[in-house]
Amino acid sequence: MKHLLATEGMGAATATAVLDTAAQLKQTLLGREVRKLPTLRGRTVITMFYENSTRTRVSFEIAGKWMSADVVNVSSGGSSVGKGESLRDTAQTLAAAGADCVIIRHPASGAAHRLAEWLKDTGTSVVNAGDGMHEHPTQALLDAATLRERLGDLENKRVGIVGDVLHSRVARSNVHLLTTLGARVVLVAPPTLLPTHVDRWPVTVSHTIDAELPTLDAVMMLRVQAERMHGGFFPSAREYSIAYGMNERRLNLLPDDAVVLHPGPMLRGMEISAAVADSPRAAIIQQVSNGVHVRMAVLYHLLAHEEEVA
Amino acid sequence: MSSLLLKGVRPYGEDKQDLLIRDGLIAEGAGADEVVEADGLIALPGFVDLHTHLREPGREDAETIETGSRAAVLGGYTAVFAMANTDPVADNAVIVEHVARRGREVGLVDVYPVGAVTVGLGGEQLAELGTMANTGVRMFSDDGHCVADPLLMRRALEYSTALDVVIAQHAEEPRLTRGAQAHEGEHAARLGLAGWPAAAEEAIIARDCLLARQTGARLHICHVSTAGAAELIRWAKSQGITVSAEVTPHHLLLDDERLATYDPVNKVNPPLRTSADAKVLREALAEGILDCVATDHAPHAPQDKDCEWSAARPGMLGLQTALSVVVATMVEPGLLDWRGVARVMSERPAEIAGLTDQGRPLEPGEPATLTLVDPTATWTVRGAELASIAANTPYEGMTLPGRVVTTVLRGRVTAHEGKVRA
Amino acid sequence: MAPPNRGATEPAERRELLSAGDVARTVARMAHQVIERTALGAADASPVVLLGIPTRGAPIATRLADRIADFSGVTVPTGVLDVTLYRDDLRRKPTRPLGATALPKTGIDDHLVILVDDVLYSGRTIRAALDALRDVGRPRAVQLAVLVDRGHRELPIRADYVGKNVPTSRTEEVHVLLTEIDDRDAVVLDRRDP
Repeated sequence: MKHLLATEGMGAATATAVLDTAAQLKQTLLGREVRKLPTLRGRTVITMFYENSTRTRVSFEIAGKWMSADVVNVSSGGSSVGKGESLRDTAQTLAAAGADCVIIRHPASGAAHRLAEWLKDTGTSVVNAGDGMHEHPTQALLDAATLRERLGDLENKRVGIVGDVLHSRVARSNVHLLTTLGARVVLVAPPTLLPTHVDRWPVTVSHTIDAELPTLDAVMMLRVQAERMHGGFFPSAREYSIAYGMNERRLNLLPDDAVVLHPGPMLRGMEISAAVADSPRAAIIQQVSNGVHVRMAVLYHLLAHEEEVA
Repeated sequence: MSSLLLKGVRPYGEDKQDLLIRDGLIAEGAGADEVVEADGLIALPGFVDLHTHLREPGREDAETIETGSRAAVLGGYTAVFAMANTDPVADNAVIVEHVARRGREVGLVDVYPVGAVTVGLGGEQLAELGTMANTGVRMFSDDGHCVADPLLMRRALEYSTALDVVIAQHAEEPRLTRGAQAHEGEHAARLGLAGWPAAAEEAIIARDCLLARQTGARLHICHVSTAGAAELIRWAKSQGITVSAEVTPHHLLLDDERLATYDPVNKVNPPLRTSADAKVLREALAEGILDCVATDHAPHAPQDKDCEWSAARPGMLGLQTALSVVVATMVEPGLLDWRGVARVMSERPAEIAGLTDQGRPLEPGEPATLTLVDPTATWTVRGAELASIAANTPYEGMTLPGRVVTTVLRGRVTAHEGKVRA
Repeated sequence: MAPPNRGATEPAERRELLSAGDVARTVARMAHQVIERTALGAADASPVVLLGIPTRGAPIATRLADRIADFSGVTVPTGVLDVTLYRDDLRRKPTRPLGATALPKTGIDDHLVILVDDVLYSGRTIRAALDALRDVGRPRAVQLAVLVDRGHRELPIRADYVGKNVPTSRTEEVHVLLTEIDDRDAVVLDRRDP
């Protein structure tokens, strides 16, 4: 694996290998005092975050450091990026400075793909930490890791994804990965928040959450941004939360063993109520901790070995 | 001027004959100072491009009137209409006269400046259409922007009827395309690119056709890109509305499957639509619903294309590759013969713009403004080798059929065998 | 996980060095040695832990623990220590999947840890295991038990308990087959064409 740009096109074998590695890493570090592995010693990992995100950036940083890599963080505020240096120039500068891996989060869809293209003659690997509305592959991997822990094999499990699918890279990455792993995905959203031609996606689509909840093994609540109200996507926060919010009443419509996920950060009271977020069926904390192991596994597969000839 | 004999050409792809050029006209007789062995080459009236961006004044880092003229003659063009979205905008007589004069100084191709419809392309106040028309401007367009205010568009159309000019609309309802990046379809949805719905183009076309009916003005629709738009224009023409329409080479050949690499060379306005749309556009061009091919040649400096998709400016080069793309999409599949090519690339555009010395028949007494094409040749497109300063061609590395061999403007050879002749 | 019967498909020549019976007797002998040298069960002796190195070190550790229990009545806690993440040769090879790591509930602090592996060769696997142990805890001491020592050490590492010494050349390979993973018990020597 040279880059991790997307879950679209990631085969089941690769996805399972990364998830298995993450599980092994989690097991290896359990109960240890020294949470450090020497495997990526001497590798330099640079995070380029053009969007503010403490949680994902910190997760990648910890993942790199726990593998003994040298991690450098570049954020857009106050760097040459803010002064108008192009993405291409910044990336090539960092690769030339010795980065073995660049982890990029950027508001433009396709930014990670372009980066991989510009860096194709260097040895540098690119990890997509979220590009616009397109993909957030490590999020999907940590969601899958969490679901595997709670539900076992994901073959034929029904996973609902609820909320602003149209603007969500988390939704897109999860649709690809979950279907690759054999799960059945149901998208639940008002028509204005679904992408065009979603009928061509390998999913079922519904506009009524209550009808779907009793059939689900897991439900993933997406963030809904308040700005969407101003775009006319839905009339008010109140109406959205009445129609699509995950509250205690809806929690009780889910089967007893069903899991509730949320990529964070949560807007408590909008798409998810405080009671649900804090209930034992919500796996939100495990998602975050799995995030570190999954990102360690990704770095392991990209950087520890000779690049495979495909 | 010396006389020139083109030996063995096939006018409109028909029987071979010798064409004599003397004193800038096609002539009868024999004996010439210079002979060009043109055995089997197709002779067509010189191409007329109703839609080109020459970028001067303002973005001379991407193209100048000179380099654009060079690209034009190498592409077989003898007249180009230079759009008004320069910097400063061509919304007054001073700028348009400058562009026309520069074109004459370079002297390779007839450069007709297009005047803006509104001041500064702001869409709020009519520009001095009359004063610009007095300097010879025949077409007005805010291209790059839509004249979105229906009242202002109505006024522009009404006002234009006294000037015998054409108002060319870039059809894009801006409130439906805010933040849009690519055609609103299956591919953009999957790739996370904000959608540019077909209805945003079609709604304006429908509206403006109705306004043209009401005012009796001559309306021209720029770069038609959707099947629905072609259907609306078919309806409008059936109602006797004076509307004409152009289609770009890239909309005839390319579609939104190209988005997958996120390479901004494919980013253009209106966006590449689906392959089903492209098919309908080709048929509509063959049928005459779409009147002509116009390149929308849009050079961009590297920093405006070598970036992430959302930061890139939309637009593609087109002057040097237009003929080949028309051969690939229309001639080879049998949708157009060479008479048809003459119609869509020369005769109809000249007619729409009211040019009397372009798009003329290849007969004695007519201006010797013509293009010789080798239909059997192929060539591989390399952006760096094209005459434009910019290199943003979507056909990079593609091998295309048909080559322009010679371009002649009023008896003077302006390009021959891939080289510009000053 | 190393494939079963590895190397069995096309060696130029394969010779069996130890039969199933030989393997059993060797493990039994090693068990007696461990009991004796660690003073197993004595009041003042350090508690012992066996850690098998995957893939084939793990079942050998389990068999050793069973034999030790049979002969001494003492149950020695047994675990698995995967050392892939500590190897110094990862870069030069295709991606290796990770094996499991499972420490016994007693942990390893203040214990005598006996690492168990099938073949001792360059010593790099054991060196990786020592690095891994450092991050896991602080054993009182570390010893090494291997079923086969084939020589050609590249590091100053030696085994405390050796089942069989097998002098080899570099063109040869030694494979331990175990019924837990392969189809039989044996130790075989494969000679490849140089």
